[in-house]
This record gives sequence, structure tokens and C-alpha cells, in this order.
Amino acid sequence: MTTAVDTTTYRDALREALREGLRRDPHVVILGEEVGRYGGAYGVTSGLLDEFGEDRVLDTPISEAGIVGAAVGAALAGLRPVVELMYVDFAALAMDQIVNQAAKARSMFGGQTGVPLVLRTQGGTGRSAGAQHSQSLEAWFLHTPGLRLYVPATVTDAHHLLLAALREPDPVVFVEHKALYTTRSDLGAHAPPPGVSVRRREGRDVTVVTYSRMLHRCLDAAQALAARGVEADVIDLRTLCPLDLEPVVASARRTGRVLIVTEDTLTGGVSAELAARVTELAFDWLEEPPMRLAGEDVPIPVAPALEEASVPTPLRIERAALRLLGRRA
Amino acid sequence: MSRVTSPLDLLRVMVRIRAFEEAVGELFVRGGTAGTMLHLSIGEEGAAAGFGLAMRPGDTFTTHHRGHGVFLARGGDPRRMMAEIAGKAAGSCRGRGGSMHIADVTLGHLGANAIVGGGIPHVVGAALAARHLGSGNVSVAFFGDGAMQQGVLYESMNLAALWRLPVVFACVNNQYGMGTRIDRAAASLDFDARARAFGLRGVTVDASDATAVFETATQVLADAREGRPALVTLDCFRFYGHARKDRSPYRTEEEEREGRSRDPVARLADRLRGEDVLDDDTLTAMRDDARREMDDAVAFALAAPPPDLAALHEDVYAPDRPAPPSVDAYHALVYPEGEARA
Ligand SMILES: Cc1ncc(C[n+]2csc(CCOP(=O)(O)OP(=O)(O)O)c2C)c(N)n1
Ligand SMILES: [Mg+2]
Repeated sequence: MTTAVDTTTYRDALREALREGLRRDPHVVILGEEVGRYGGAYGVTSGLLDEFGEDRVLDTPISEAGIVGAAVGAALAGLRPVVELMYVDFAALAMDQIVNQAAKARSMFGGQTGVPLVLRTQGGTGRSAGAQHSQSLEAWFLHTPGLRLYVPATVTDAHHLLLAALREPDPVVFVEHKALYTTRSDLGAHAPPPGVSVRRREGRDVTVVTYSRMLHRCLDAAQALAARGVEADVIDLRTLCPLDLEPVVASARRTGRVLIVTEDTLTGGVSAELAARVTELAFDWLEEPPMRLAGEDVPIPVAPALEEASVPTPLRIERAALRLLGRRA
Repeated sequence: MSRVTSPLDLLRVMVRIRAFEEAVGELFVRGGTAGTMLHLSIGEEGAAAGFGLAMRPGDTFTTHHRGHGVFLARGGDPRRMMAEIAGKAAGSCRGRGGSMHIADVTLGHLGANAIVGGGIPHVVGAALAARHLGSGNVSVAFFGDGAMQQGVLYESMNLAALWRLPVVFACVNNQYGMGTRIDRAAASLDFDARARAFGLRGVTVDASDATAVFETATQVLADAREGRPALVTLDCFRFYGHARKDRSPYRTEEEEREGRSRDPVARLADRLRGEDVLDDDTLTAMRDDARREMDDAVAFALAAPPPDLAALHEDVYAPDRPAPPSVDAYHALVYPEGEARA
């Protein structure tokens, strides 16, 4: 339900952070495909060209490797570029610049230099955009030392984590979710810094760990579970690097059962890393192996029903939690 | 003009493409298409028909996200196309691909790509295969002006020239990539010069003239078959928005009016009327036939059953190999239902 304070969308919250960044730091420049006149494929940068001019907001040709590489160079040479990669799927075209260049420069050159670059992009399902426009590829970045990885689920985090990213000395991959842009809430004056996980719901029976859009599906599932007398403790990781598992471990010690919910594919996905760590850190308190509910190991089909069947839904999350608790759905 | 393809054939194909795009656009408005990523090729029929009809059976090709027209010109079945765009199992890709990924390999179509430039290098390999297998076929990459700024095109052009492959790179220059006019994406618009720099022939043709496209295509395809690859720029105008929903606020009315005056369908129809090859009744009948054909395709797509959810894991690997297990199946293994180990 929309209340009087639910005035800001995820999209607006991002734009306000960019605006604030452009205002407070003259070294911030935005570049990407359609970020200027068009206002961004998802409208995030709308209006910024008019306000800050073509020197600060640069429309680029369709040249992902060149754009990201140029941003790496700009960052090395004193700017603070924000690149918009229209879909995270297109990171594949710029992967050398992200993985071999941006992520490596500081260490490889012995700490002499750094790449204060923010790579904004968006991923996930929800718009029947097909196999090349719907993936959740955050594991690629998590697997790469040298990159930060922010995955905001809420309007408040979209804003404050992006502002925090604009202060980071190292490259931040900032993955928005295409199904969240129109979600609304109060912007919120503050948010915890990156690297602090937040409990979004308290419960004693099962620990649910998630991030990005799946947070909302987990909260929906938690409500349905509550109606069955099961109370879920829902923890939003907010950033995957830095990763804060302390609240997860503390919760696991109380519940003994951990359900990890991600939209990316099960095999080799973020959930694998999370499950390994929870197992290592909370082994003695676990009643069951951590359960991973993740995207199916398939390319995302375009047909809406198939697309939805390929990722966790509130109903599937609810059923998974019940199974983990040894109950019949 | 070749013996087998007459100007009336070109016109008929263009009329069918236009009718298809109009019908699928209406299907979108009715909520019948899977998702919103529907890119219409209205205004580009001259490029699609002119080039498509000049190709031979056996020639292979790749297309971009605005590929309905080329696909129809190469013999695509409107019913299966429409069903694909509607996300139905009766679609040519079982409802997995949708508008941006229509493909029918039986027509030599190696696939439509939603990654700008993604399909370009495939024709280099397809031509290599054609030469290796001695098929005599050419491979053609269709892509937009936006892809002219992707590095992979230049790697591909170099390979094609270096290896003297039967390849044609066909750039459908509709002047825009989303909201960016080509002169805001590239400092030099001399695409022919880019081709020459890599040792390929470069030709630009006014694609509002379908017969001119056909003639140029016939020639470059023949050259390519002899190992002389080319880049052909098919100059036209994207009549409507980038996707069906986009209203092109970044263009002036005057620009749109002027661009739409370069209508390949009207241009050829007018010419043929002037030459007394076509009368109004024939044109009307052609349009009515096309409309009926596309209405039938829409009805087919709407009536087709939804995709089978149980088939989600099929086709990730070859059918004689195990499918990836579902997450549910994996859970059943690890956490047998109702038997918590605690
Ligand atoms: C690698 C990649 N970058 C960006 C996009 C987003 N995108 C889709 S279509 C398009 C414009 C393409 O323009 P053009 O190549 O001229 O084809 P047109 O749409 O005009 O047919 C863009 C930027 C994409 N799909 N793939
Ligand atoms: Mg274009």
C-alpha cells in the first residue's frame, strides 16, 4: 500500500544519488549508452544532461568494451566516472576491462594507483526480455578480487549505497534490478554503510538470507509462512563485497536452519559461496545443510510463464522453507 | 533483375513484411506478445526484401533484434514467427526466444541476436564452414548502424578479408540506435571507407529503392561467392520508435515526415503503377492477401497453447544428454520431504 511517505521510487532514489554526486564532486562524470538525451533505458539518468551539461553526462556509441575501458582510464587519470551498462548481460562485452583492467590495476601496480569507477548496471528477470537481457551475473564479479559489489533491494539502499559507491576508492559494480525501478518508499535520511547486512524481519524458526529483488519475495513468503505459524528471520545482505555474514551466523545459531535465496543460477552461483561460508561459520549450530533456492540452471526463456518458473517465487520460497523445516507444504 | 525475381515479387514481400509488423504491433497493444521488447522494421522493407530475395537457398545469415523483415523475406513462416513472439510452444524457438531471437535453421538462419553486434562474427565462421564443406554458400550478417561502433565488426571484417571468405556484412542503416542518431555515434559516416580500410569492398545503397538493393545485393553476393567479401550499407529510415512503446521524443516531426517520405513500399508501388505493371486493384488485392495472412498468423498464435512448464530444462543440452536437474529435484535429494534429520 502506498502511504504518504512512499514518495520516492528506486529509480528516483538512484537519480538523486547521481545528482548529489555530480554536485558535490566536479570529477564525477556519467557515461553510457542513451544516458543523456534519452534519459537512460530505464530512466535513471533522466534530466541530468540538462542540469549538468554534455561535459558531465556523455552519450556514448554502442561500444561496451571501449566505454568501460575509457572509464577505467579516466579513473586512473583523476576522474570519478560512473558508467551505465544498460544490461548486466552486456558486461560480457566489457569483461576484459572489468576483470583484467579495473580490478587489477591497484594490486598489479603495487598500490600506486586505483580505479575509483562505479559501474551501474541492472539485471534479473521480470520483463520477458529473454536470455540475453535477463540474467543475474553477480557471481562473475564476486569471483573477481578487486571489485566491490553492491546489490540494493530497497529505495533507501539504492540511494545511500550509490552515494557510498561514489566515495569508494576502488571499482564498484552496482547491480540494480529491472523489476525494482518503480517500487516506492520513503527515501530515508540514512542507511548503514556497505558491508553491513540488515535484518528486515525477525523470526525464530528459519534464517532467510537474500539480496536485491529476492528480498521482497522472501518477505512475501515470510508473511505466508507466518500464517502457518513459521517465523522467518530475513536478512538482506545489501552488498556482496564487502560481505557481512555476522548477523546471518548469529541468526543461524538461534534457528539452526538457513535458507539462501538468490535469483542467479544455482550452480556456481552466489548461493554456493554463501552456503559454504554459513556451513563453515555455523556448522555446530546447523540442524540441516544450508538450503539454496536459486535460479534454475537454464538460459532464461522469453515466455512469461517459463521465465517466472526459472527463478524463485514467493510460493517456492515458502515451500522450500517448509521442506527445510521438515514439514509438508 | 534476375529471371526468377520480378519487381512484383519484391513488392509482395515488402507488403507482407509491413502487414506482419502492423499485425504484431497490434498484438503487442492487446498484450499478446511476450514482453515489451518488440522492434518493428517498418521503413526497412526495401533492405529486407531487396537483400533477402537476392540470396540463394543454402545461403546462411544472422539477424539483429529488428530482424522480422529479413526473416520473412527468406521464407519465414508468419504463423510460427507470431507464435514465437507470443511466447508459445508452437513458435519456431518453442517460445524461448521471442521477437529478438527468432530463428529457423532450415532457412539458413543461424539466429537473431539481442546483443548489438553479437551475430556478426558468426558469418565469418559460417563462411569458413561453407568453404570447408564446399557448399558454395554465402553467409550474410544483418545488423544495424549501431553495431558499426562495436569492435567485433572490425575483427570480423578483417578475418573475412584476410581469409577471402564468402561473407557479406549488411548494415541496415536506419539512422538511429535507440535515441542516438548515427551522426552522434560516429564522427565519420563513410562506412564504405571503413570497409576499404580492411580490404573489403564497401557499397552504400538507398534502401528505399528495393530494386536497387536487389541489384547491388545480387552483385556483391556473386563477388562474395568468389571470395571477395563486402560491407553493404542499406540506407533507410526507422519509421517509428526504437521499440513498439517508444514515441521517439528525440526526433522532430519534420525529421519523421521527411524520413517516412522514403517509403520503400510506396516507392516501388508508385513506380510500377507508372510503368503500368501494377494497377490499383492488384495492389489492393496484394495488401488484402497480406493482411489476411497476418491476421491468420495472429489467430494461430493466440490459439496456441501456452508453453509446458515441465519442459523448462529441455534444450539446455542436446536431447540425448541429461538435462540439468531442477532446483526442486536437487532439494528432494538433499532434504527428503517430511524427514528432517534433526
Ligand atoms: C551489446 C549491446 N549493447 C546495447 C544494447 C541495447 N540496445 C538494443 S538495440 C540498441 C540500438 C541498436 O541500434 P542499431 O544497431 O542501429 O539497430 P536498430 O535498433 O536501429 O535496428 C541498443 C543500444 C544491446 N542490446 N546490446
Ligand atoms: Mg539503427
